Amino acid sequence: MADNLSEYSKIDTIMKNHFWEESALISILHEIENLYNYLPDWALRHISEKLNIPMIQVYGVASFYNAFHLKPRGKHLIRVCEGTACHVKGGQRVMEELERKLNVEAGETTEDLNFTLERVNCLGCCALGPIVMVDDNYYGKMSPVKLGPLIMQLKKTRINNK
Amino acid sequence: MMVSITIDGVKVQAEEGSTILEVAKFYGIEIPTLCYHDELTPYGSCRLCTVEVDDGRKTRLVASCLYPVEEGIRVKTHTERLIKGRKMILELLIARCPNSKILQDLASEIGLEQVRFKTENEDCILCGLCVRMCAEQMRSGAIGFVGRGQKREIVTPFRMASEICRNCGACMYICPAVNLKCQGVNSPGELCNSCLIITPQCLEKYGQVMCTQESCGVCIKKEKK
Amino acid sequence: MKKIRNRTHLEKIRRKLLENRESGKRCITISSGTCGRVSDSQKVVEAIYTAVKNHGVEDKVYIRVTGCHGFCQVAPILVIYPDGIFYQQVTAKDAEDIITETILANRVVDRLLYVDPTTGQKIVYEKDVPFFVKQKRLLLGNNRFVDPTKIEDYIAVGGYKALGKVLFEMNAEEVIEEIKRSGLRGRGGAGFPTGAKWESCNSAKGAIKNVVCNADEGDPGAYMDRSLLEGNPHSIIEGMIIGAYAIGAQQGYIYVRYEYPLAIKNTQLALNQARKYGLLGKNIIGSGFDFDIKVAIGAGAFVCGESTALIASVEGKMGEPRAKYVHTVERGLRNNPTNLNNVKTWANIPLIINYGATWYSKIGTEKSKGTGIFSLVGKINNTGLVEVPMGTPLREIIYDIGGGIPEGKKFKAVETGGPSGGCLPAKLLDLPVDFERLTEVGSMMGSGGMIVMDENTCMVDVALYFLNFLEDETCGKCVPCREGIKRMLEIVTRTTKGLGKEEDLKLLEELAETVKDFSLCGLGKTAPNPVLSTLRYFRDEYEAHVRDKKCPAGVCKNLIEYFILETACTGCGSCLKLCPQQAIKGELKKPHIISSENCIKCGICSDACPVEAIIVR
Repeated sequence: MADNLSEYSKIDTIMKNHFWEESALISILHEIENLYNYLPDWALRHISEKLNIPMIQVYGVASFYNAFHLKPRGKHLIRVCEGTACHVKGGQRVMEELERKLNVEAGETTEDLNFTLERVNCLGCCALGPIVMVDDNYYGKMSPVKLGPLIMQLKKTRINNK
Repeated sequence: MMVSITIDGVKVQAEEGSTILEVAKFYGIEIPTLCYHDELTPYGSCRLCTVEVDDGRKTRLVASCLYPVEEGIRVKTHTERLIKGRKMILELLIARCPNSKILQDLASEIGLEQVRFKTENEDCILCGLCVRMCAEQMRSGAIGFVGRGQKREIVTPFRMASEICRNCGACMYICPAVNLKCQGVNSPGELCNSCLIITPQCLEKYGQVMCTQESCGVCIKKEKK
Repeated sequence: MKKIRNRTHLEKIRRKLLENRESGKRCITISSGTCGRVSDSQKVVEAIYTAVKNHGVEDKVYIRVTGCHGFCQVAPILVIYPDGIFYQQVTAKDAEDIITETILANRVVDRLLYVDPTTGQKIVYEKDVPFFVKQKRLLLGNNRFVDPTKIEDYIAVGGYKALGKVLFEMNAEEVIEEIKRSGLRGRGGAGFPTGAKWESCNSAKGAIKNVVCNADEGDPGAYMDRSLLEGNPHSIIEGMIIGAYAIGAQQGYIYVRYEYPLAIKNTQLALNQARKYGLLGKNIIGSGFDFDIKVAIGAGAFVCGESTALIASVEGKMGEPRAKYVHTVERGLRNNPTNLNNVKTWANIPLIINYGATWYSKIGTEKSKGTGIFSLVGKINNTGLVEVPMGTPLREIIYDIGGGIPEGKKFKAVETGGPSGGCLPAKLLDLPVDFERLTEVGSMMGSGGMIVMDENTCMVDVALYFLNFLEDETCGKCVPCREGIKRMLEIVTRTTKGLGKEEDLKLLEELAETVKDFSLCGLGKTAPNPVLSTLRYFRDEYEAHVRDKKCPAGVCKNLIEYFILETACTGCGSCLKLCPQQAIKGELKKPHIISSENCIKCGICSDACPVEAIIVR
């Protein structure tokens, strides 16, 4: 169940904007993911009911794509580009350093729910690799050494968030 | 409308729109399958039924359960290339589900000699028969494919008891992998070979198994239970 | 601009727009695609606007913010037309000087010029920049002259002229014939003849037909589709309208990966503008032809670059491919005839209509016509997008245009075709790049990604990288792909850890054969290519890992050691401070030592060492 009824009407508005079309499921799920930072169960059930799509199909689509998450994620998203160019320039080491410093594995969220560390498919900024994204900000030409200031900044954010 | 195709060197008539597998079955040619059931829509995921099709321009490997017959195609169902691939597919499947009697039987039939991969202990080969059974025959659709790649599995929505599941058991009935547990295996990953024996000699001579229509009795001793 | 009533009206509007453009003012063009923005190009734009205003030179210049110019290594790029003065790595602080020096005083700002690394010469004009000299930028070139958010720019440079010709002078069959004659082949990877595809879709039975643009561009390291779509969306839209006319389609879709927000935004904006001016919708510019395009967004699945998986995704389903025994041109989206082509393929269409199939077929090789766009990335001096005629040798692309390998290192391999392609060694550097040649040597053109690798790249690690990627991205439907890739990955992982056995390589090849032959879709069928090509050309590296337990390139962690050269170490302690495992010991000004027990091979020490005393062995 959603926290309150007005949450359902938010979903309804999204579906209405997509003309209640079954084929708009992916776009609808994107908007819900943007709203809640993940796809709550109750939202998926609501969509299945209102758009008349079998629940297993909605659940299947939600589980298939990288952009969608069925569990809540951290307040801040740290994404490391795993493109080939970034890899060849040492992207793996950048990821490992972040894993060490944040004490999580790629794909996981820190205990305080502040940060989620993820791999992301090639961002197409290969000239500036290895690339790390923190929320909507891009940081290019990263290396384990250069991560130092970035991680300091993240730790400050963590303190601010408390 | 009828079309004429050649299958394993034999020219036959086939109904337009039917699949190679259907035609083969009609003429008594056995092609191994796992994810196929004649009462359900073919899915083409196990790839065991793969055959070679020469359409006059090139030869391709296709899933016979899905490929529609066309005028003039020449089909081969048991070449060396196909048998090699089927063996590998079974090797991969047994490494995933070593305790399935049906998989062990298929392995024996095809002459698989070793499993070179570290075995897992999965129950499901993801053939999807249960999903199609539930959706098409039982008209329920309570279970389905969820996740991608290595995380792919067949579950109910949210992995919770389904409101639309009627407990009919059709999914368990149709499951080819774990319905029967193999009794002959002594250690995990071992190949059993006690129900069926095979050493095809014609394969070396002719490049393909010759007895797709009728067993010559030299090698395959069918003692299916 | 008013709604375009007919072809004559369009030409009238075009003339007027051209007049305005060539009004005697100079044009300050700033490249601001996604990677430009990562380099703060938007700040440059703001600063230029401010500087123009402050100096009151609005009567002398106008500003155009464009998409990617292709020479990404030196972004943000600022070019002043009509002169062609080329400034690179421009920052907001440079705006003032650009206006005072170049616009007002007609002097060049020296520090912003590109320096040719081989001659040391400063290059003033865009046309002389070595990166561009050997290119033939038929498609990407227009990115410089068009603000993607302004349809007027596109029309001014000749946009929708081809559409006018098609709608009012040609019938569907004539259009198809022209595309066939041009020899254009699909730029998505498989290289299927586009004209033949259109012809099949045209003759397919069905009242409802669709055209689709595949902008999923999932190959890591490839971003030319993004640059085209971000920088010149109308070129794709125009191509699709022409295609729809030829096929008899009423609805089009542009499927863009969600990782490309700017491309999505600019495409939607372009579609809205096209609709507003009567270039999409009912009765397109008075021709009686109805057609419209929607944007469909991906959700992060590489497999959705495969045509049947893409179509499933447009329908709102999981991106599971299906067997293509019945082609999508006969039964595709919602079981209707659907013609799917890549971004670059669609962008080529207006070009062919405008200049003719005969002209087009003279570019390229016998079987691969036109230009190819390649994203040249990795260990290369000039990272960027390269557009050259098909048949250009790899050497020319990598050395003459790409500027060779940085830090004087040796070229080792170039990977083409992404996860479906293969790695080509130095002995193949003279290979002309076209569809057939690349396939013959065990790779493929794919979407056009070209990742350059040097002596410090381990080819077994490269195979590992691609297998990891594919294992993650496989939809998991069919056994050979799902289980086969998993087991290939296990073997290669073992190999990189020094746990590989002799039999492993044979098993790897057997697996590769089955996955290639028996997989359901293109992803699975081409998945073994990276492994097979590295085995073919770099087998000695695999053998070193298996037999000698060594990684010659110094990459695979379990097989290498970080070592401080006693003679070179100054004892500054920089490495000691930064080591996350406190594995380095040493007194100030005395040589330090790394404890190999505790060392996790993160490489931080080696990066930090100011005298390069830390080596990998």
